[in-house]
Amino acid sequence: MTDLLITYLPILMFIAIAGILGIVLMGLPMIIAPSQPDPEKLSAYECGFNAFEDARMKFDVRFYLVSILFIVVDLDLMFLFPFAVAYLDLPREEALFAFWSMMVFLGVFFIGYLYEFRKGALEWE
Amino acid sequence: MIAFFQSFLGPEWGFAVGYTLAILALAVSLLVMLAFLLLFDRKVWAAVQMRKGPNVVGPFGLLQSFADFFKFVFKEIVIPAGADKTVFLLAPLITFVLAMAAWAVVPVGEGWVIADINVGILYIFAISSLGVYGIIMGGWASNSKYPFLGGLRSAAQMVSYEVAIGFVIITVLLVVGSLNLSEIVRAQAGGIQNWFVIGGTLPVPLLLLPMFVIFFISALAETNRPPFDLPEAESELVAGYQVEYSSTPYLLFMIGEYLNIVLMCAMISILFLGGWHPPVDLVPFTLVPGVIWFILKVWVIFFLFAMVKAMVPRYRYDQLMRLGWKLFLPTALVWTILIAGLMIYARPDLPPAL
Repeated sequence: MTDLLITYLPILMFIAIAGILGIVLMGLPMIIAPSQPDPEKLSAYECGFNAFEDARMKFDVRFYLVSILFIVVDLDLMFLFPFAVAYLDLPREEALFAFWSMMVFLGVFFIGYLYEFRKGALEWE
Repeated sequence: MIAFFQSFLGPEWGFAVGYTLAILALAVSLLVMLAFLLLFDRKVWAAVQMRKGPNVVGPFGLLQSFADFFKFVFKEIVIPAGADKTVFLLAPLITFVLAMAAWAVVPVGEGWVIADINVGILYIFAISSLGVYGIIMGGWASNSKYPFLGGLRSAAQMVSYEVAIGFVIITVLLVVGSLNLSEIVRAQAGGIQNWFVIGGTLPVPLLLLPMFVIFFISALAETNRPPFDLPEAESELVAGYQVEYSSTPYLLFMIGEYLNIVLMCAMISILFLGGWHPPVDLVPFTLVPGVIWFILKVWVIFFLFAMVKAMVPRYRYDQLMRLGWKLFLPTALVWTILIAGLMIYARPDLPPAL
């Protein structure tokens, strides 16, 4: 177990070093660059006039729909990863069984996809 | 190399010092390569438009990116008054760290990899999914309309093409049977005819070529490159989620974006173009170190990226979503089924049915 975890330690070190590099880069102009804020400079950009309202406004529900669809499809995808890696190492009979059970699973997924398609969830007007 | 440091520093300190040096070497060479890739991108773009491109700083403008870097560092960080300061500064940092972190598992040569983990490709998939957070946090925290809309668009777009990329990765995994990136490259040893874009252990030659095309186009969309650069469509959204950013926070966003592009180039070369293997398995080619071949392939694919940027007009948003969900997803799904079936019914090295 420790041997397995030790192979992940360099990734943690990599993330730490990248984080330090990023913080140094971000801190550098705070020290050496000038800082003269004024209200005009600090206002949100809006084509030359003052902002009418807060920018966190209502947005289209389709963005929400796309993210829901993504979660569904991505989860299905995660089931395919272990199958894709392992099924050919099985004995012939079991490999065939694994293949056909996966086909049933993908068939169900495909019916769901067709339903989304027909309902117009994938349309973007 | 790790063993060399462990021989006189002891197991723990040798591990720490050795890996720190290896990580720094990779990170620095990556950033230096990025500086020249940026210049190359601008030069290609200029050449297509019959311009000269940057040519003032250094010979042929070679030092342009470094001059740009210093200019970024000497500029003031402007944080809009209405912005959420913590999230505003965290967003570029997250983008940068995630873009760097993915490189920890990329094998640039035989055995030249920081962490040779078993689930390498899953790790890269996960890290590149997390990249959405940096962008949507930046768009949200700015509290300005253009970044907000740009962030939303970008999130929806990246998420849509993530799905297509996932199915393409599955098709390659079906052929290789391993999640380890080095194993995927080793499966393509022995010259250009064994690369997955052409053949090798595939049941039918050229079977993965359509997947290569889908992966390439999805990689363009995933990294917000033209013709899919709608999040920063300058004619409508000014610069998308980056509008309110200045100085090094903007620089971190830009480095992160280009690191992701280079990562996608590296993934294409690992999955389809044989990674560090030379195109011909004969003496003059095999004498060149694998790293050189790997970098060469990354540059060639990046050249394609740059040419697409220069030549192809921008997509409309509804066309973009239609391409991802209605064309790439079903095609990749059918191809997954096809390859899974062919691998089990047409592979000679499996024991025959009883």
